[in-house]
Amino acid sequence: MSKPTDLVQGTLDMLILKVIALEPMHGWAIAQRIRQMSGEVLQVGQGALYPALHKLEQSAWITSEWAVSDNGRRAKYYTLTEAGREVLAHETAQWERLAAAISLIVRTA
Amino acid sequence: MRWPKILRLRLRSLTSRRQVEDELDEELRYHFDREMDENLAAGMSRDEARWAALRSVGGLEQRKEECRDMRGLNLIDNSLQDIRFALRQLRKNLGFTLTAILLLALGMGASVAIFAFVDATLIKPLPYKDPAQLVGVFETVPLFPRSNLSYPDYLDWKKMNKVFQSLDAYDQRGFILTTAAGAEPVRAARVTDGFFRTLGVSPVLGRDFFSGEDLPSAHRAVLLSYGAWQKRFSGKPEVVGQVVTLDGEPSTIIGVLPREFHFAPAEPAEFWSALHPGGGCDLRRSCHSLYGVARLKEGVSIQTALADVKVIAKQLETQYPDSNRDQGATVASLAEVITGDIRPILLVLLGGSGLLLLIAGVNAANLLLVRAESRRREMAVRSALGASKGRLVRQFVTEGLVLVAAGSALGLAISWWTMQLLTRLVPENLLLRMPFLIGLSLNPRVLAFAGEIAAMALILFTVTPAFHLSFGQTREGLADGSRGSAGTSWRRLGSKLVVLELATAVVLLVGAGLLGKSLYSLLRVDIGFRPDQLVTLQLAAPKAAYEKDEQAIVLQRELVRRIEAIPGVTSVGVTTSLPVSGNGNTTWFRVIGRPWHGEHNEVPERDVSAGYFTALGAKLIRGRFFTEAEDGSKPSVAIINQAMARKYFPNEDPLGQHLTYLSDPPKPIEIVGIVDDIKEGPLEVATVPALYIPFNQSASRFFGLVVRTAQAEQQLLPAVTSAIREFDPGIVTAQGATMTTRINNSPSAYMHRSSAWLVGGFALLALLLGVVGLYGVVAYSVSQRTREIGLRMALGAQPGSVYQLILKEAGSLTAFGVVIGLVCSTGAATLIRGLLFGVKTWDVQTLAGVAVVLGVASMLASFIPARRAASVNPVEALRAE
Repeated sequence: MSKPTDLVQGTLDMLILKVIALEPMHGWAIAQRIRQMSGEVLQVGQGALYPALHKLEQSAWITSEWAVSDNGRRAKYYTLTEAGREVLAHETAQWERLAAAISLIVRTA
Repeated sequence: MRWPKILRLRLRSLTSRRQVEDELDEELRYHFDREMDENLAAGMSRDEARWAALRSVGGLEQRKEECRDMRGLNLIDNSLQDIRFALRQLRKNLGFTLTAILLLALGMGASVAIFAFVDATLIKPLPYKDPAQLVGVFETVPLFPRSNLSYPDYLDWKKMNKVFQSLDAYDQRGFILTTAAGAEPVRAARVTDGFFRTLGVSPVLGRDFFSGEDLPSAHRAVLLSYGAWQKRFSGKPEVVGQVVTLDGEPSTIIGVLPREFHFAPAEPAEFWSALHPGGGCDLRRSCHSLYGVARLKEGVSIQTALADVKVIAKQLETQYPDSNRDQGATVASLAEVITGDIRPILLVLLGGSGLLLLIAGVNAANLLLVRAESRRREMAVRSALGASKGRLVRQFVTEGLVLVAAGSALGLAISWWTMQLLTRLVPENLLLRMPFLIGLSLNPRVLAFAGEIAAMALILFTVTPAFHLSFGQTREGLADGSRGSAGTSWRRLGSKLVVLELATAVVLLVGAGLLGKSLYSLLRVDIGFRPDQLVTLQLAAPKAAYEKDEQAIVLQRELVRRIEAIPGVTSVGVTTSLPVSGNGNTTWFRVIGRPWHGEHNEVPERDVSAGYFTALGAKLIRGRFFTEAEDGSKPSVAIINQAMARKYFPNEDPLGQHLTYLSDPPKPIEIVGIVDDIKEGPLEVATVPALYIPFNQSASRFFGLVVRTAQAEQQLLPAVTSAIREFDPGIVTAQGATMTTRINNSPSAYMHRSSAWLVGGFALLALLLGVVGLYGVVAYSVSQRTREIGLRMALGAQPGSVYQLILKEAGSLTAFGVVIGLVCSTGAATLIRGLLFGVKTWDVQTLAGVAVVLGVASMLASFIPARRAASVNPVEALRAE
């Protein structure tokens, strides 16, 4: 599965922002981290990941710089910006409200 | 804070393409390699690991493309590609491209240029405060619907009116300016003290007139026009307080008027002097020399003001029956006073250029349809290869944009050039009286107008083919046989458009024909004298030396004698007003021996020398001309024109009858001759009764000279001027010109000529465009019917019948166009009838002429494709399919 069609639209952006909020990371590591953190449930293929990263960068929510990675090669590291942090906070709040609302419905039914 | 950063990022994506691409490449490769490492670590073989990684990546190039999309690179890329493609397409079809651009440029150039004139004249507000509140105030007499006010009347109106915040008066005149180099004539205006306050104009330098500064008792003060300040005083501020000598009177310069100030009714004036009423005319109630300008009170309409001044005029009529009998009053908006004469012509020209624009637009639309038709298959192929409809439409829009941009740029250049040319073609004496035309430019309003045309053109250029595209099924385009049916549908629409074009061309041609014929009849109007080989000149002699009648008579005799001595001169005459200028300078009279109850008999009076009629070449009908010896010591005599003989002596012999001015006691003037009607007023105004008095019995130090020569008249003028200067350098001369030039440059001749030429130019272009449009339709139709024609010929049709087939199609289109056009043009002619002279709105000659011209031109245009059709080789035509 390369495209996470089961991911709710727009949530990939939020996940990326959340993951790199901890530390700057390159694309591959971001995909790995999402997989680990979701307990191997969410697999983000590069087909979705890189366009999303480039879009976030164009929106100035993340910035990038080249640095040497753990395997000794140059990799592009993404960092969350101030604007990105605000967006993340907003998105997270939104998500929590939405998730709570949905689970409320699902449980009662 | 975020936006600058985003902008920087976008710019970087755009400017450092190479680097961004490389980074993208490296980033994705890194991911790929990590994926592979992972797979190897999981125990796959090298090949297996590579394949698995590739599968998970799912196409590197596609990923890159998606990233580019996200960076917004593709939008720009596609647009650039569209433009490149559009340029290539347009270059490939250079004929189409150039024609479309030229059509747009022509239509736009003509209408934008004319609009600039309309804007300068009718739209741009006059350079005064609240110009809508300003009105011109006139008296009226039977002879002139707008005549001057007399100074005493002006004072009474000022006192009695209840509708004006302020009322002021002005007149226009020439002064003799004494300079270091001698005497020089200057144009000037005299105004009452509040004139500039009424207009709401303040000097840029110095001060306005004080209240009361226009009275005879006050010291003489003048304001300079901005141009005079620059030209005569090199723009020095010390000019204020300087004293100049105008007509022998020292006058103090008190200020300079703003650069943008102009007041057409008194232009061109360099010196604006305070009125100082005096002399023989100003203080008499019966001598009308001033015009009024007033500012309406808040909320007062022109109608109310008109009613009020009419009441005042009535009151004055009762109070002063001797001088004010039949003196009415009228009020008109100042804008109307200033631009009323040229307004109808401008509107006609605007209409003409609009029609030209329409025809150019229709032609362009037709062209686009043909092109869209021939690209039907290209579009079908592109859409079959996956181009979305939106993408195809975008292609049209891009092509349209390129065409419109090029056409508009060229159109603006043409309009700018046309504006310069047209302003330069206006004779200087007229241009000076239309100061609002000076400095015509592509101002924001004109540019906005051009923008609107460009926007409409863009819609036309994109909607036409796009509409066409959605009209026909693109899939059909691929099938060969469908070409015929699609061609038919286009042919029907194209034919309608051509009929519209031809009809428009007819309207313009008829308009041009009527205006041309008007000009012709205007210039051939009977002026009552021979204008060729005549030189005219206006002169003014200084007051100090020539104020007395005897002095002026000596001046006249001496000048005539000296000019007659110039080689080539055959005769010389003197008159107080040159012919073909105006019917002003009137006098009131009555016939002695007839009962008189104060009737208002008013006719223009001209004081002329003994040789005047001979020099002009005017025809004596009966009686005799004046003699040089007839001066104040001899009995008073007069010559009348035929119109006067007809009007005032319908059933009796005027010769030997006696007239008198309205003086008390009456002073009899014997009528000694009747002269053929001389056109004293404008060409298009019917000759009015006129009275001629010997110059030596009513002398003046201002007069006009007419000099008849046996040689080329152009070379005579310098000799005449130097003869005058030799006699007295204090005499100033002005308006030296041959009589022919004078007549040709007279306002009415110029207005008629310019409208005839311009509309004629529009009509020629329209004819050309209409005929080219017809040619296009017929030629296309022939190309579509090649197979049909081949079949007909194979079945035995003769070339003659093929000609007939094609010419009949063209002929019916032309006939429709001509008939519709003729019907519309009678309507259009009614709209311009105010500009017509000596020709009816439904002039059969013109209508028939236009029909013939258009018919012949259309047949010529369709003959070429018809010949092509007739020379079709049936075998080839049939095999080609």
